[in-house]
Amino acid sequence: MPRVIVYYAHPGHRHSVANRAMQAALDGIDGLTRVDLYSEYPRHDINIQQEQQRLLEHDTVVFQFPMLWYSTPSIIKEWQDLVLEYGFAYGRDGTKLAGKSLLLCITTGAEKSDYSPEGRHGTSIRSLLLPFEKTALLCHMQFLSPMVLYGALGLRDEGQQALLDQHADAYKQLVSALQSGEIAPDQLMGNDVLTAESCQELSQ
Amino acid sequence: MTEMLLISFIFLFAGVVAVPIASRFGLGSVLGYLIAGIVISPILYSLGIDVISIQHIAEFGVVMMLFLVGLELEPRMLWEMKGKLLGLGGLQVLLTAALATGIAMVFGYYWTIALAIGLVLSLSSTAIVLQTLNEKGLMKSDGGQAGFSVLLFQDIAVIPMLALIPLLAMPELMDVAGSAGGDAHGASSGDGHGDDHHGINLNLVEGLSGGLRALVTLAAIAAVVVLGNFLVRPLFRYIAHAHLREIFVATALVLVIGIALLMTVVGLSPALGTFLAGVVLATSEYKHELESNIEPLKGLLLGLFFITVGASIDFGLLADNFVLIAGLTLGLITLKALVLFVLSYIFRIKGSNRWLFTLGLAQAGEFGFVLLSFTVANEVIPQSVADRLLLVVALSMLLTPLLFLLYEKVISPRFASTDHREQDAVDTTGNVIIAGVGRFGGVVNRVLKSAGYNTVVIDFNAEQLENLRRFGIKAYYGDASRPDMLHSAGIDNADLLVVAIDEDHQATEIVKYVRANHKDVHIVARATHRHHVYELYAAGANDIVRDTFDSATRASRSALEALGVHKYEAEQLIRGFVEFDRYVLREVAGAYDSEIPPLENQAYIDKVKELAPLQDEVMQGKTSTFAGAMSRGWMPPGKLDTDPAS
Repeated sequence: MPRVIVYYAHPGHRHSVANRAMQAALDGIDGLTRVDLYSEYPRHDINIQQEQQRLLEHDTVVFQFPMLWYSTPSIIKEWQDLVLEYGFAYGRDGTKLAGKSLLLCITTGAEKSDYSPEGRHGTSIRSLLLPFEKTALLCHMQFLSPMVLYGALGLRDEGQQALLDQHADAYKQLVSALQSGEIAPDQLMGNDVLTAESCQELSQ
Repeated sequence: MTEMLLISFIFLFAGVVAVPIASRFGLGSVLGYLIAGIVISPILYSLGIDVISIQHIAEFGVVMMLFLVGLELEPRMLWEMKGKLLGLGGLQVLLTAALATGIAMVFGYYWTIALAIGLVLSLSSTAIVLQTLNEKGLMKSDGGQAGFSVLLFQDIAVIPMLALIPLLAMPELMDVAGSAGGDAHGASSGDGHGDDHHGINLNLVEGLSGGLRALVTLAAIAAVVVLGNFLVRPLFRYIAHAHLREIFVATALVLVIGIALLMTVVGLSPALGTFLAGVVLATSEYKHELESNIEPLKGLLLGLFFITVGASIDFGLLADNFVLIAGLTLGLITLKALVLFVLSYIFRIKGSNRWLFTLGLAQAGEFGFVLLSFTVANEVIPQSVADRLLLVVALSMLLTPLLFLLYEKVISPRFASTDHREQDAVDTTGNVIIAGVGRFGGVVNRVLKSAGYNTVVIDFNAEQLENLRRFGIKAYYGDASRPDMLHSAGIDNADLLVVAIDEDHQATEIVKYVRANHKDVHIVARATHRHHVYELYAAGANDIVRDTFDSATRASRSALEALGVHKYEAEQLIRGFVEFDRYVLREVAGAYDSEIPPLENQAYIDKVKELAPLQDEVMQGKTSTFAGAMSRGWMPPGKLDTDPAS
């Protein structure tokens, strides 16, 4: 059975709205491996051995995090720097991750329209995620279309609960389908980004 | 009784006055003692004090010194020195003796007398040279090591010389004064403790045949090695449990004197025997404690010895034969220096070390005194010749500190740039000293050792030390609050001192002492409570670590996690707490005064009162005055920030 591991990282978990809802949605998925990086390594002392073993035991690696400063929370960078070793993930004989898939499930504070050449940030979300895409390629992994929740900070307001629930539910469906094998990773490579709507289309 | 007090007073007073003055002018303590001896010699003469017999007692300082030298020399290092010891030392004695004999024969002396003179003059002064090398910190340099090898060989060579000299006896060549006067202090043993004039002959091997004699000698040496290895440690462990300093000192003395006695009894050099005992104990945990107990006694006895050398110079005789004696002395120094200089080429002693070696050993020594009186007693050298030679030996010793000064002030600076690199490599002392190696210091030691640093560990708990030794840790028994103990452990060359002893007051005293005397040593100190932190801070510790604080905050973190706080948030809370606590500590440290009890110190109370409520506010995230330490962390941006319209 295909196996999925979800890495979650949020430096202010207590203050989070969207990511907490998404985490809660994953409760109860059968056989899913979940890691809260900030909880497991509150002092950023990543256990390289353990993390590499985890990667070997799973086919699809999911990272769920809020986008901070056009990048990841710092602990994910630390994880990348230490775990993706030469000779393990890349370089000479570094083929241990070959054939596995990398899926990013991120939230942004800004709206969708901000991530365009004409928008406030002046570039697309995919271009900002390019370092991840290149990382996956270097590690011989498939980079799947990232699932994005735009304007997550706006979902704190009254009346936005439905939108939040919809996204959390779609996230659950996606991870669950990958874990059960109902969806093959290859099917998630055509889109620019995945949203709640496109996820629902997929599962139909 | 009165006489003893008077003699003690004169000698001590002379030393106390002269040595600091000599040190102030950079002349070294040896020259100070020698000058003191010269100055008091008329007083001693007028009081009818027998300087020579005092000198025999003082020579025990040399025995103690060799014991201390042995302590610094592990068996492995001694073995590595064997080439130098035999080659360099052997050649020095042979060449110098041969040349001096030849020259004496040219002056018309019969060959037996000439040979005896050659042997007497081939020896150098262990006392002056080692004392000066130690004082100037040159013992570990190449030149110092080479010098030490030669001196050690000479100490061994004295034994066959004492056997050889009686064979040279030529009674018909003796002058009247010589045969009439005899020698009251004739030495029958290596360093010449005049056993004769005590009326007890302890030499047990005299009547034995050659083979048996050798057997007894070997057995004695074996006894020293076996005793040192197996008996001394349990003995000191037993004594250590009593925690009585003076008994420890007494035991150390019993050990040294006992071995010296044993060696005398079997006709060996006591200096050599104690040296051997020192080497055997060099790896023991009591090494530094022994050192610091014997060191002051050795210093006093050696000082006394140098004073007697100064005081025994016969100025009447010197004045009558000034040109001859001065010429002979300079000739002797030149001859010995020449031999040493040639040897330094052969044995590749380079740079300033060559000059240290050459100039340092160019004198005759205290064994020369011993041999001279022995030769006179055995009717080998006439008394009149011996008297003049005695002056030559003493004068050459008197000039030695000046040669060291010449080396230090003129020669060494010229080589300063080229020598520098060699110095570090030979340094064997650890550069980290850990005082107290219980549950706290032990962890520090393990960390530093595993990171590859040299540590010297001092503790007062004999059992603890034994356990550490079992794991191959260099641990020494001793009281780290005593400056001499820190000194033997190598505080002079240390980069770092970790003070981890239980007794807080003593810990503060150590920090105070080291900060005052060794400004460059970084001090990491363990504080046992809050007020101790303030005291260590005032004493000048660089890093102060509360021994239970870190573990208590970790326990608090575990408690927070158990209550459901996210682990990362718990970590941040604790970091904030630690940060704030340190801030309070620094603030209050300013108001703390170790002279005033805290509860009577109004400034201290006010400060604590002012900061206490703040602590709670900070903990609950209610204040932003102190950086809101506990609530800082990732926060969602305010709504305005995300509004694209803004």
